[in-house]
Amino acid sequence: MFSLIIRRFFQAIPALWIIASATFVLLRLAPGGPFDAEKTVSPEVKLQIEAHYGLDQALHTQYLQYLKNLAQGKLGPSYQYAGWDVDEIIAQAFPVSLELGTWALLIALSIGIPLGVLAALRHNQASETALMTVAAIGICLPSFVLGPILVLSFALTLNCFNPLGWSFPSDRVLPSMTLGLMYAAYIARLARGGMLEVLQNDWIRTARAKGLSSTMVVWRHAMRSAMQPVISFLGPAAAGLISGSFVVETIFFIPGLGPFFVNGALNRDYTLVMGTVLFYAVIIISFNLIVDLIQMWLQPRTRHE
Amino acid sequence: MNKERREKQTLQCAGQSLERKAWKRLCRNSMARIGGVLFLLILLACLIGPFISDQDYATQDLIRGANPPSLENWLGTDELGRDLLERVLTGGRISIGVAFAATLVALLIGVSYGAIAGYCGKQIDVMMMRFVDVVYALPFTMLVVVLTVTFDQKSIFLIFLAIGAVEWLTMARIVRGQARNLRTLSYIEAARATGLSHWRILRYHILPNLLGVVIVYGTLTIPAVIMLESILSFLGLGVQPPASSWGTLINEGADKLDIYPWLLIGPVMFFSLTIFALNFLGDGLRDALDPREKDL
Repeated sequence: MFSLIIRRFFQAIPALWIIASATFVLLRLAPGGPFDAEKTVSPEVKLQIEAHYGLDQALHTQYLQYLKNLAQGKLGPSYQYAGWDVDEIIAQAFPVSLELGTWALLIALSIGIPLGVLAALRHNQASETALMTVAAIGICLPSFVLGPILVLSFALTLNCFNPLGWSFPSDRVLPSMTLGLMYAAYIARLARGGMLEVLQNDWIRTARAKGLSSTMVVWRHAMRSAMQPVISFLGPAAAGLISGSFVVETIFFIPGLGPFFVNGALNRDYTLVMGTVLFYAVIIISFNLIVDLIQMWLQPRTRHE
Repeated sequence: MNKERREKQTLQCAGQSLERKAWKRLCRNSMARIGGVLFLLILLACLIGPFISDQDYATQDLIRGANPPSLENWLGTDELGRDLLERVLTGGRISIGVAFAATLVALLIGVSYGAIAGYCGKQIDVMMMRFVDVVYALPFTMLVVVLTVTFDQKSIFLIFLAIGAVEWLTMARIVRGQARNLRTLSYIEAARATGLSHWRILRYHILPNLLGVVIVYGTLTIPAVIMLESILSFLGLGVQPPASSWGTLINEGADKLDIYPWLLIGPVMFFSLTIFALNFLGDGLRDALDPREKDL
């Protein structure tokens, strides 16, 4: 287990270096600079500003300087939000995104798994078809489709929730649902597939034969292996939740990290964009590691791979 | 019953090509059939629709303004008086076109990368796949956003290039697995023994046998790309006005949700039906081409 953690750590370093360099190059290739939009500023002042941020130096000097700062854990100052460091922006905005993502993941798991298991237990019955059709429709409703629909029906027509904002506990409901329901549908499909496969095993028959109740067989014996596909999906799901959260945060005007990133990209706020990308890369890599550790814990067989 | 069984037996005796069996299995899967027909219909509507209709997607009619769906404008009009159905169909051309093009780019990169890695094996395979593993774990939508900014988001061509450039990873993984299996088979060994060059073996023996997998995952990549393109357009980074993709239309509809709800409903309907159809078609193809699947 420790060897896995150490190996992943050393794999992460070149990965992060690749992504830091790639975003650096791509952003510098983008036309325009961070201070082009400020029309009131005279050219001299603009040069002064650029010199202040080190943007007047040769590109490779800037790159090396950036890597040096990164190695020291510094993400640098934001250009667009003057006076703010990128890590301060992340520290302020990320908890909101994290809360949204956690709720969404909880919704996805707590709806998806029971739905999928139920469908597997009713295999070849009408209720299975009904459940899986609902799941199939859910997959076709990504956040930017589901969000407006939920707002239209629950906030504007039924008046149950506020259409936007993030001030009250009830404001969490619609955004989390928007982000989570599509994943609930995916997870339901995976859980159903996993469960169907596991239930065909001989040891399930043995468990039944020794007189265990079917709840016991399913939730205690079959669950562990049946959830395998769901757990491996959690890695990609985390990455998807992040990009989905950008959309949801835009729809519901939530003060998360997504809008900062998109605005940063549009306004050529180099440090903010690179910082956010790297930050999320670290999050995804750690999340994948956690998923693998959970898998090892659940399935002793995978420990030797 | 008996007769049916006998027929089945004679059918099996007659011998069927794998393609034929796969086609039969596909036709038996009703959801896949519905998906296929639905997608063809939507495609046809997008391609031909704008030609037959007397409406135009760009013509504004400010006096007409925003109207709910009527006999004349089936999906209603937007606040500039443009016919929404017309806009959705032209938008569909862009969404589906971008999706096909990006999938093609992803296929080209993914298949050649995966086939080379799988066929070469050994150190080369380990190195190439380690690279895929490493970049696989990175936040991709964010990279696409950065890429579209780099290309200044003016040209649709570059958008799909950017999307294709990140969508090939899954394809590479799948193709590599398949190619690895193929290279151990005896006919490849025989081909090598006759002195064929590696390039010829790849071209004439490996690639044709990868076709099934490639078609299946290609079909499943298209909806993924449509979604990605729509996310970009929704965030304002994709297709720029006056051109519009489904993503931009949904975004516009979402903005005016409280006053003109039909502006959202029309595009959403087309978008969701397309994704729905393609997913089912892809799933059906995967099941049909799976050789482990029981015969009819």
